[in-house]
Amino acid sequence: MKRILIIGATSGIASACAREWAGRGASLFLVGRDAGRLEALAADLRVRGGGVVHSHRMDAVDVATHAPMLEACMAQLGGLDAALIAHGTLPDQAACERDPALALREIMTNGSSVIALLGLLANRFEQQRAGSLAVITSVAGDRGRPSNYVYGSAKAAVSVFCEGLRARLFKSGVSLTDIRPGFVATAMTRGLPLPAPLVASPEAVARRIVAGIDRRKDVLYTPAFWALIMLVIRCIPGFVFKRLKL
Amino acid sequence: MARASLLSWGNHPRFPQTARSCHWIDSLPAELVDATRAHGTTLPFGNGRSYGDSCLAASDHVLHLKPLDRFMSVDWQTGVLVAEAGITLEDILKAAIPRGWFVPVTPGTKYVTLGGAIANDVHGKNHHRRGTFGRHVRKLGLLRSDSGRHTLSRESDAALFAATIGGLGLTGLIEWAEIGLTPIRASQIEALTHRFDNLDEFFALSSELDARHEFCVSWIDCTASGKATGRGIFMAGDFATDGTLEVETPRSLTVPLTPPLSLVNGVSLRAFNTLYWRKAARGRRASRMGYEPFFYPLDGLLEWNRLYGPRGFQQYQCLIPEETAPGAIRELLEAIAAAGTGSFLAVLKRCGDLESPGLLSFPQAGVTLALDFPQNERLASDLFPRLDAIVRAAAGRLYPAKDAHMTGEDFRRAYPRWRDVAQLRDPALMSRFWQRVTE
Repeated sequence: MKRILIIGATSGIASACAREWAGRGASLFLVGRDAGRLEALAADLRVRGGGVVHSHRMDAVDVATHAPMLEACMAQLGGLDAALIAHGTLPDQAACERDPALALREIMTNGSSVIALLGLLANRFEQQRAGSLAVITSVAGDRGRPSNYVYGSAKAAVSVFCEGLRARLFKSGVSLTDIRPGFVATAMTRGLPLPAPLVASPEAVARRIVAGIDRRKDVLYTPAFWALIMLVIRCIPGFVFKRLKL
Repeated sequence: MARASLLSWGNHPRFPQTARSCHWIDSLPAELVDATRAHGTTLPFGNGRSYGDSCLAASDHVLHLKPLDRFMSVDWQTGVLVAEAGITLEDILKAAIPRGWFVPVTPGTKYVTLGGAIANDVHGKNHHRRGTFGRHVRKLGLLRSDSGRHTLSRESDAALFAATIGGLGLTGLIEWAEIGLTPIRASQIEALTHRFDNLDEFFALSSELDARHEFCVSWIDCTASGKATGRGIFMAGDFATDGTLEVETPRSLTVPLTPPLSLVNGVSLRAFNTLYWRKAARGRRASRMGYEPFFYPLDGLLEWNRLYGPRGFQQYQCLIPEETAPGAIRELLEAIAAAGTGSFLAVLKRCGDLESPGLLSFPQAGVTLALDFPQNERLASDLFPRLDAIVRAAAGRLYPAKDAHMTGEDFRRAYPRWRDVAQLRDPALMSRFWQRVTE
């Protein structure tokens, strides 16, 4: 059965993916900041699934801890078939505008730390000439919008990094899936005034993500209709876009 | 701010609830404080399967505990399960059936949460053997705004435990619970159906079959009148002793939208009920079936509550004590048939004499009748007062989990221990139901 590493495992989308994988008998290595929540998640997955579940505490912004984490993961699972990087925050845009240092910290959390992990995992997968790498970015990375361009630019950096890395890994038979969720009903989006018909359940999104990684998709919008929405949004010329309230 | 979007299952009364989704037990104390500070009071909300206003907060701001849906530990040797309160019976069954276990008591839908099953002390087709869901709760974790976390059981903090079982979510937030599962050797049901021509036959069949079978329930043709009053189909069943342990995933349909008018009306009702009764073979038939169609026939039609249109519906579920049941049930059915309204699914079930553990538990020895009515003004002005009078005269009671109309007087008479619950209520929690029947 598959051996899967999930970073940011307690996030709503990642937890739902973990359930989906556990249900298919995968063995999981869960990484996150909160040891208590990780253990609660692991206990649940052990009942739902057939495989073993390990958890490991790590704060992704502490880049020095990435390599030891991966060693622990390899030792526990005895190998790795797939990895999902899912950690992130939803920054307070206005606060980031007042405080450039905060903006940089948010870029670190949502951008740089993800890029560091991608690099580490890519090298490992490239070496073993197999594996599926996946990372959760966002539709917000497709265009810079005034309401959340700190978040959007961090995600955009990851997406562009992925595009280049994907071409490199292609030669080694390693896939890299850039997952761009739209609005999903999770703890991160709680309280946001989102248009209800556009908000997807984490379970539905997770099913699509797990299937997309299996099919070695390059870029995956989820729910699927976001591909169309973003196609339109990407086509809006800049002189119009800057006048829109988005 | 999040949008007000949650309603109760009957879509009536229409007070959309704004949800604060709670994803982790460790964050619940802060959620409770924040919600109370912002809105005065709040109420835990599970999967919205209560029919009336017992799951609606007086402030219209609820703590949505459905995301708290993790298993915490399960001992598959002994069948002792601990899980967070938002887990549904569906999820429990998915994990339990392949290992040879089933929930000890199940209502007619698997989409209720564990916390909801406890807070309403639900019952099922095996009430005459196993009592209510609450009897199978060994321990539960309760968070109160005034005294923090408690671990309750029959032995420790028995008063708060009894107030919480069937306590309509008012005594604190049920965070998790430990329950005992029931062992099964196969997930199939050996069922039998027996069509009966009138109410007397129902009582005779119930006396004969309840003693012999784990699960018993009857469907009633609520449109039949005169000599045919109370005709229906008795269904009994037991888990098979040979077979497989399989999670069934029947193909389900979803009612895609709410039609502008209720599709349940006098014409469709009479046609359906008559056909359904005639379709059943005369006399007794044995069959073997999956647990899904046996326990959860309506779960195959997702969002079926939409059929009642934008105005929604009300369920009327009463329990009539054994001594007065034959007369009162007949009177109720006659009144309903005369009104020309009612539902496709009217259910009659005899409850056993096993004591319910909750102060406000609905079941007691007697016969319970449940049916749905499309919402309109005549229910409140006409039919329900007539039915309530019959129930009152028969010393019966109505089921809070299904209710959107009972008078405070009727509630307080039927549930004399309500004062104990009122005293143990968490001051941060208040429902529209509780406000309605106690003030």
